[in-house]
Amino acid sequence: MALEKITQTSGRGVYVPGDDLDTDRVIPARFMKCITFDGLGEFAFFDARAAAKAEGKTHPLDDARFTGASILFSGSNFGCGSSREHAPQALYRFGIRAVIAESFAEIFFGNSITLGMPCAVMSGQDIRAVAQIIESDPAALITLDLLEGKLSIADMDFPATLPVHAQEALVTGKWDAIADLLEGIEDVRTCAAKLPYMAA
Amino acid sequence: MLRTIMSQTLLDKVWAAHAVRTLPNGSTQLLIGTHLIHEVTSPQAFGMLGDLGLKVLYPSRTFATVDHIVPTDERQEPFSDTLADAMIKALRKNCDDHGIKFFDLPSGQQGIVHIVGPEQGITQPGTTIACGDSHTSTHGAFGAIAFGIGTSQVRDVLATQTMAIRKPKVRRINVNGKLSPGVYAKDVILHIIRKLGVNGGLGYAYEYGGTTFDAFTQEERMTVCNMSIEGGARVGYVNPDNTTFEYLRGRNYAPKGADWDAAVARWKATASDPDAVYDDVVTYDAADIAPTVTWGINPGQAIFINENVPLASDVPEKDRATAEEAYAHMQLTAGKPIKGTKVQVAFLGSCTNGRLSDLQEVARYIKGRKVSSSVKAIVVPGSQSVASLAESMGLAEIYREAGFEWRGAGCSMCLGMNPDKLVGDQLCASSSNRNFKGRQGSPTGRTVLMSPLMVAAAAITGEISDAREIFDIK
Ligand code: SF4
Repeated sequence: MALEKITQTSGRGVYVPGDDLDTDRVIPARFMKCITFDGLGEFAFFDARAAAKAEGKTHPLDDARFTGASILFSGSNFGCGSSREHAPQALYRFGIRAVIAESFAEIFFGNSITLGMPCAVMSGQDIRAVAQIIESDPAALITLDLLEGKLSIADMDFPATLPVHAQEALVTGKWDAIADLLEGIEDVRTCAAKLPYMAA
Repeated sequence: MLRTIMSQTLLDKVWAAHAVRTLPNGSTQLLIGTHLIHEVTSPQAFGMLGDLGLKVLYPSRTFATVDHIVPTDERQEPFSDTLADAMIKALRKNCDDHGIKFFDLPSGQQGIVHIVGPEQGITQPGTTIACGDSHTSTHGAFGAIAFGIGTSQVRDVLATQTMAIRKPKVRRINVNGKLSPGVYAKDVILHIIRKLGVNGGLGYAYEYGGTTFDAFTQEERMTVCNMSIEGGARVGYVNPDNTTFEYLRGRNYAPKGADWDAAVARWKATASDPDAVYDDVVTYDAADIAPTVTWGINPGQAIFINENVPLASDVPEKDRATAEEAYAHMQLTAGKPIKGTKVQVAFLGSCTNGRLSDLQEVARYIKGRKVSSSVKAIVVPGSQSVASLAESMGLAEIYREAGFEWRGAGCSMCLGMNPDKLVGDQLCASSSNRNFKGRQGSPTGRTVLMSPLMVAAAAITGEISDAREIFDIK
């Protein structure tokens, strides 16, 4: 089974402003006693959304204008904190297919790529410019082009890049170790057949 | 040529036999012969498998049990914790759907995954074993290469029976001589971690050997290998020998008849060669080890029972901040004895020390003694098999008479995922393996790790005590 070659992703955008949004913010630890990552989507930014509601405000992820958005924009050092795989999973299950930030925490970045969810870096200035366009036109179609390293919205292009190894992994459909592992299945069977305890 | 072939470690040999190929990024696609799963880390992996439209490649090499979330007193389903109930049901369904053997609650064979594998004879020398649980290193006691893995890797092993991994280096740890009376395997591993540090094993597999290990029973070897990960080593193993083979003989999944003889011959050949080359070697003298207890918030913060809690100025610079954090959390005073510290809970169990020999050893000493009225003491057999054996030997009665609660099999108070939890800042004398803040279910709860007999001594006196004095062991 080959994985999808992720060369571009398109959709509408949502802007969640802030720097250092950590994995506890992305998904609070108490939601980790679970049987599937499936239900995690509803817990994405759970506490921040509840806090906004309590103050009579609306968190961007609860704003009806951005319902169905799949490209998330934020600030710098996004996803810092623990190594939990639950964080990118929660975003992915919420419907996010790409995250754009000024910078990313390393483990969050790696976990996201393994999920096939590109994390691209743009300048803070460009992110704010895009945020303004989304604000005035929430339906604006955004395309992140991984081959070209650019993000397009409303006839405008912005540089949006990933480190070469991650970009390559995504565009060649090798973003998850399982792709490589699956390619070796015949060799796996051969190796297993030589081991008496595997044959029994 | 002969020379290289004759100077391999067990790790070298097992790795060579299980290496499927080298992956483009340089890591090894390693065949995992035996995959153990439980309710906490497998459901998400099955979900990912489904998302990718994949099946379990070798369902007959995957074995499941339920341990972390099972209540140890009221075992009637549905569990009152609806999340726990959903977790056991999910595992049951996943095992049914994929044709995986499940040592379920009604089987009489359920228990902590690292106790069930060995006692069923599933854990065998010369094999590779993975489980979504860091204490998988336990299985190394049989001369297997066994390690804990993350959720995505559980999925990888389910789908391909392999995972991407880099070969570790090997550190040989020798312990020679005879342990003094009242000193146990638990003290040996706490001592090793104290000496080498909680990160000392990063990048290494630990090979334990020397005359102390030669004389150890299989269960004592498991206690040591269990805590390899607490020293930073993902893998810890002992070379298989007659002790290993005799333990395995006749067990459910052990080879039978002519297959048995062939297997033993193979197993013998997987042991490290006498002139094997190691990346590092350290040696300890068994006579230098005394009953050991932890005073802090990681397993490396350990002292002999008669030592004082170390002063910050006595710990290496890099460990000082953790030491300060530990004094505050543990409510202990640097420079003062740990002996005499009041204990509110005593926990005898876990995959480190919840085996029959642990329960037998303590029972020898507690006959006619009583748990202090200020202590809640529980005994949790590591598996239903351990429980029924212990019950048939009359051990449960001995514990009950002494004032211990005799519970059903599970992880229990080793971690806060089931109803057995510390309350507030209770201090627990524990035979488990982790003393991290909050580990036993209360954010302010305090854990002191020690051998089972030391737990019994604390239960009886209501304070951290030297079991050798309490039970007159000379
Ligand atoms: S007994 Fe403790 S360490 Fe062992 S598997 Fe259970 S929770 Fe983990």
